[in-house]
Amino acid sequence: MQNALKLSNVSYTYYSSNGETKALDLLSFSVKKGEFVAIVGPSGCGKSTLLNLITGLIRPTTGQILLDNKPLHEFYEPIGYMLQKDQLLEWRTIYRNLTLGLEIQHRVTKENLDRIDRLLKSYHLYDFRNSYPRQLSGGMRQRAALIRTLALSPQILLLDEPFSALDYQTRLNVSDDIGTIIKEQQITAILVTHDLSEAISMADRIIVLSNRPAKIQKIVPIHLTTDGEKTPASARNAKEFPDYFNLIWKEINDANH
Amino acid sequence: MRITNITSQQQYLKTEHQKRIRIHFYQLILFIFLLSFWEIASSLNIINPFIFSSPSRIIDCFFTMILDKSLFLHLGVTLSETLISFLLVNIISLLFAVLLWWNDTISKVLEPYLVILNSLPKSALAPLLIVWLGNNMKTIIIAAISVAVFGSILNLYTGFCSVDPDKLKLIQTLKGNRFDSLRLVVLPSSIPLFISIMKVNIGLSLVGVIIGEFLAARSGLGYLILYGSQVFSCVYKMTD
Repeated sequence: MQNALKLSNVSYTYYSSNGETKALDLLSFSVKKGEFVAIVGPSGCGKSTLLNLITGLIRPTTGQILLDNKPLHEFYEPIGYMLQKDQLLEWRTIYRNLTLGLEIQHRVTKENLDRIDRLLKSYHLYDFRNSYPRQLSGGMRQRAALIRTLALSPQILLLDEPFSALDYQTRLNVSDDIGTIIKEQQITAILVTHDLSEAISMADRIIVLSNRPAKIQKIVPIHLTTDGEKTPASARNAKEFPDYFNLIWKEINDANH
Repeated sequence: MRITNITSQQQYLKTEHQKRIRIHFYQLILFIFLLSFWEIASSLNIINPFIFSSPSRIIDCFFTMILDKSLFLHLGVTLSETLISFLLVNIISLLFAVLLWWNDTISKVLEPYLVILNSLPKSALAPLLIVWLGNNMKTIIIAAISVAVFGSILNLYTGFCSVDPDKLKLIQTLKGNRFDSLRLVVLPSSIPLFISIMKVNIGLSLVGVIIGEFLAARSGLGYLILYGSQVFSCVYKMTD
């Protein structure tokens, strides 16, 4: 299969008046089209830096990032990015929030608006399109944020701990919803998270990062036996689940020492 | 069950209504009490009626000025000067706040100057303005603007800078530029702040106009107050 994203020897160093901090050290990995990769690691190891690099918000100090076999800075279409909070603009209706990206890109066309309507209908938000974000529950807001991202048909979707602001029960439901949507739309996705069970239940592959400066500690492919289709909820009942959990837990602890 | 719910809701509304009426009633009583105390104290010479005047004399003076139409002239002049300064202050501070937000270097260079200009006593500056600009309406408006504008710029700029950085990051990830951030996030999210700054500005503009009229006017409420104090008619001042 073709690579959607390829990082080769990517390093990143922060400079400040107190000196320099190396955040990432010669990272190389690739993500295949349609694959769901989770990135876990000790806190403060540079996971967010990695996402900022892939989005193109910052440029790597050394190394190269290829998106669809093209260097990242030659890429003008946006990369889907879901932030920790939904960041819906409170003064716009849900519908106007979803068209935000299209407005910025000057791509408000009949075709794209129809796509938003279809997404709204399939993900049960059509009746709320004229509501304001404050009238929606946390889970619905997070779904709306996902549709805002999908409206631009991104090549790749980055999820920066998108469920960490939700309470536990909503979090399970929303990660189930969003996981299913991502599989349905066959989107390449990279999830950064603290929650190991979330990573195991959603991802096809898990990349464990070491302490700062982050190197790749281990890459763990996930194969779970589930009844019927693999969804984040059914994955949690798979018999291999606890073994993966212990394995990754051990890797993160090793990375800390 | 449903019926009891409605009646208890009505009961609640009724109590709330009564509470509001009671508050208005006490406010009115307090007002009447203060006015009558003033009137009585003044007529019994407990307080000096020449200095403190009295409500009845103020009302009297008020009607005289309405009848000879002089009050409307002065009121109109002050009101128009205040409104012009208020509008200009809002426009200038919005433009400057956007400029400071847009360019980091400009904001770093200008910020200490703004703080100093804001803390200058503008009433002390007003005589200088007359010397520079002459004895006219322009001077008064500029004096009023100088009272309100610097604080307004600083507050608005601080508001612009405290916009949630993740919202700005969202615009960036959607490949928006700085103008998109301004248009879609910074300005709309600062509307409540802008309204509260406008409320302060209307008050400061009036203060500035009165200061200006003290020094450089032949009409307006500030002129009237000054005239009143020069002819030792405290009735005049208090009517204002």
